[in-house]
Amino acid sequence: MIRLFYKRAIQDIRENRFLNAVTIITIALSILIVSVFALFFINTNDLINHWKKGIRVMVYLKTNTSEARIPDIKKKFEEMYGVSEAVFISKEEALEQLKLQIKSQISLLEDLKENPLPDAFEVRMIPSSQSWEKVETLSGKIKSLPYVDAVEYGEKWLGRFTNIVNLFRLTGYGVGGLFFMAAVFIVANTIRLVLYSRREEIEIMRLIGAADSFIKIPFYIQSLIQGTLGGILGLGILFVTFIIIASNVEHGFLPGSFQIRFLPPAVFISIVISSMLVGWLGCYLSLKQFLRI
Amino acid sequence: MIGEKEKNAIIRLFHVYRHYGSKNALIDITLDVFKNEFLFISGPSGAGKTTLLKLLYLGEPVSDGQILIDGMNLSRISRNRIPYLRRNFGIVFQDYKLIKTKTVYENVAIVLEASGVKRRMVQKKVNHVLRTVGMEQRHSAFPPSLSGGEQQRVAIARAIVGDPKIILADEPTGSLDSESASFIFNLLKGVHTRGATVIIATHDKELIKKTGGRVVYLSSGRLEISPYV
Repeated sequence: MIRLFYKRAIQDIRENRFLNAVTIITIALSILIVSVFALFFINTNDLINHWKKGIRVMVYLKTNTSEARIPDIKKKFEEMYGVSEAVFISKEEALEQLKLQIKSQISLLEDLKENPLPDAFEVRMIPSSQSWEKVETLSGKIKSLPYVDAVEYGEKWLGRFTNIVNLFRLTGYGVGGLFFMAAVFIVANTIRLVLYSRREEIEIMRLIGAADSFIKIPFYIQSLIQGTLGGILGLGILFVTFIIIASNVEHGFLPGSFQIRFLPPAVFISIVISSMLVGWLGCYLSLKQFLRI
Repeated sequence: MIGEKEKNAIIRLFHVYRHYGSKNALIDITLDVFKNEFLFISGPSGAGKTTLLKLLYLGEPVSDGQILIDGMNLSRISRNRIPYLRRNFGIVFQDYKLIKTKTVYENVAIVLEASGVKRRMVQKKVNHVLRTVGMEQRHSAFPPSLSGGEQQRVAIARAIVGDPKIILADEPTGSLDSESASFIFNLLKGVHTRGATVIIATHDKELIKKTGGRVVYLSSGRLEISPYV
């Protein structure tokens, strides 16, 4: 019997080609927009994690810290949990580095009577400790030391960036939800139009003893096909666009060894399943209303 | 106590009413139809013949009263059991009600497909019944290309293909010439001979005269039962 239902669904799709094409394209566009957000989040999350891995903690010493204490301070840092190395950067070295960075405006530094920069340590983490939480804990410990003036690990800008990304994520959920609903209603409307155009046939089928399931199942199959094709089309467009963009992005544009990637298989499959759900739900809403009598 | 005669009743109506707002279409109908009976429901246009047939297959609900079909009380039947009730009937509608976008074959086959009959058996039965009604050559034609008589034959084929217990025919010879009408009548007689109960709603006196079946007469929604001819 399932073969018969499938045959009828295909026949319906052939008889209402234009309507079905509109529905499939609408689902495809909704899926495309939602997938763009998903792709953006996956890659920005990867990027944030990549940045977190390269975390270095800059420890600025108080100006009255004597040079003789430097080796002890270095040892103290290197004995701390999670630290692989502490590299001392003297204020003279720091000034030279600054001069190199602002070559074009070096005249700003020429009139300085004394070096305003402090001595500092660049504390590097072992790989297993390169997590945000562990860095925060370590920084707290270091800051409490009497000879430490300030500790920096890029928390402000990275924190802000993460917050912005989270805001986009919430927006993405909202936009995704709206597009999901819009696609469901469009599918419901398409099915309603088909049902209306076939109301006489449906009435006759009921009079000759066809159960509701005999009438409904081909429509459900039709809407699942619409959802699947729409999902695959939307993801296909995204993939082609991704390939074009990825092949044109210069290697140097991205930090370090970071590479953008397409949606992982699990996400890909769940998007296709979601688009099938869009189709099914639209059909369910239409049939529930139309076959209530 | 149910008498012997009543035990043989396949359709029983008890004080059935049907009204549309303030208009009474059927008033106090009490009637028994017996197994393998050939019954005519006669009366002028607007008497309620079609309405009476519709109540039997739950095309419309009863306003008051009870109807039993082969022991099943229609007022107690749940919505999802209605299709199974309707499979007891083969219905020939006044306006044929053939699906315009399906071929002759498909129109007849759908009755069996809806009941879950396997494809090979569907093919066998449909081809046989199309031969019986003389439409096997037109199996791939669509209803709009058929004459009235041909459409009526297809409608009868669809009504009988499932071997139903009861045939309901609403004005089956209504707009046909005498030759086509005669052919249709013979088909219905043939079905009756094979054991089905046949109920025909008609105002065609010639058709009624051809048979010795019982005639009940409807007038303004009320029943007048005439004795067996």
